[in-house]
Amino acid sequence: MTGAQSHYEEFSKGIWRENPIFVQVLGMCPMLAVTNSAINGVAMGAATTFVLVGSSLLVSLLKDFIPKQVRISTYIIIIATFVTVADFSLKAMAPALHKELGAFISLIVVNCIILGRQEAFASKNTVRMAVADAVGMAVGFTIALVLLGSLREILGSGSLFGVSLFGPHFEPWVIMILPPGGFIMLGLMLLVFASIREQREKLGERLAAEEGAA
Amino acid sequence: MNDNLLYIFVSALVINNFVLSYFLGLCPFFGVSGRLATAFRLGLATTFVMIITSLCASFLNAFVLPYAPYLRLISFIVVIASTVQFVEMVIKKTSPALFRALGIFLPLITTNCAILALALFQTSREYSLLQGVVFAFGAGGGFTLALVLMAGLREEAELSSVPAVMRGTALTMILAGLLSLAFMGFAGLFSAVE
Repeated sequence: MTGAQSHYEEFSKGIWRENPIFVQVLGMCPMLAVTNSAINGVAMGAATTFVLVGSSLLVSLLKDFIPKQVRISTYIIIIATFVTVADFSLKAMAPALHKELGAFISLIVVNCIILGRQEAFASKNTVRMAVADAVGMAVGFTIALVLLGSLREILGSGSLFGVSLFGPHFEPWVIMILPPGGFIMLGLMLLVFASIREQREKLGERLAAEEGAA
Repeated sequence: MNDNLLYIFVSALVINNFVLSYFLGLCPFFGVSGRLATAFRLGLATTFVMIITSLCASFLNAFVLPYAPYLRLISFIVVIASTVQFVEMVIKKTSPALFRALGIFLPLITTNCAILALALFQTSREYSLLQGVVFAFGAGGGFTLALVLMAGLREEAELSSVPAVMRGTALTMILAGLLSLAFMGFAGLFSAVE
């Protein structure tokens, strides 16, 4: 396998095969809390991408200098630094959005995806691989956030990115933008993903069986 | 009204339940809610960490952070991590069985967003020391309550006939949605009393 190919491999696994939300079911808290509209999903995704890529880069650069016993605390401090940067930048650039997301930008620190990638990947791989992996995971996370945010916004307020979709006669399904809607919608999405995966496996088994018979 | 201790407690306990209406602490909520007894004990451990964190956060807010506001996140995290380490050592000494049952989720209390959120909310709402502790009791109690209810539901769900594809996370998520729906009924509690 050439270098470019394996970088692509690390990048693409985060989007589908090891998608942090749908497959690993990590990072649920920000996932559900901010996705009552698509734009919030985009902002959260961007902030998480910045933090994840930044910390993976730094951790993979410093991996030879970090003593094994205190590695988790070191990762947390690196992550917290990037989150503080993201928090203050967002506050300066988009105060309204920052207010809407509230404490959840600061709470990126405790997003399990980020610490998980540092421990499982960035601390053991080269800088380029770590960055490819981080970008892939972050894109997969952002896709999931925007997907859930869009679905909830469409059903819950009849609009997408603030643009009304169905005209004045649409009765919004308010429960979808309230907390229970988040749980139920994500449950349904996980259900769809699980059934797609199951069908693929069945198809794979049938093909294998046919090949064996032939 | 907002400063009333009872209001702070009940609000954190059921009305604005950390798990079911703020989506905080979902990892242990889904991870440890398989067995009732373990869920209850993890709830207690989390409550304890919350109370200590609340005290430390009040202290930091009063003496350290006015001089260095950008250190807020980092100092909170360090306090939480050391408290969790302490609780871990205590549990390991006093109850090795519980220590094994909680497994990885015990150190993971550090990355439980409910605890960091508690410190952040307490700061942004400018609670006093006493209010902060009451808030921590309420939030911890609410977390335990949600965890125990969820564990009960999941133990029931184990025994009922559910389509195979639905089993696991999807079912748990939808159960949580229904639980959260039920908790929305508490929303009018205080306006109804008045």
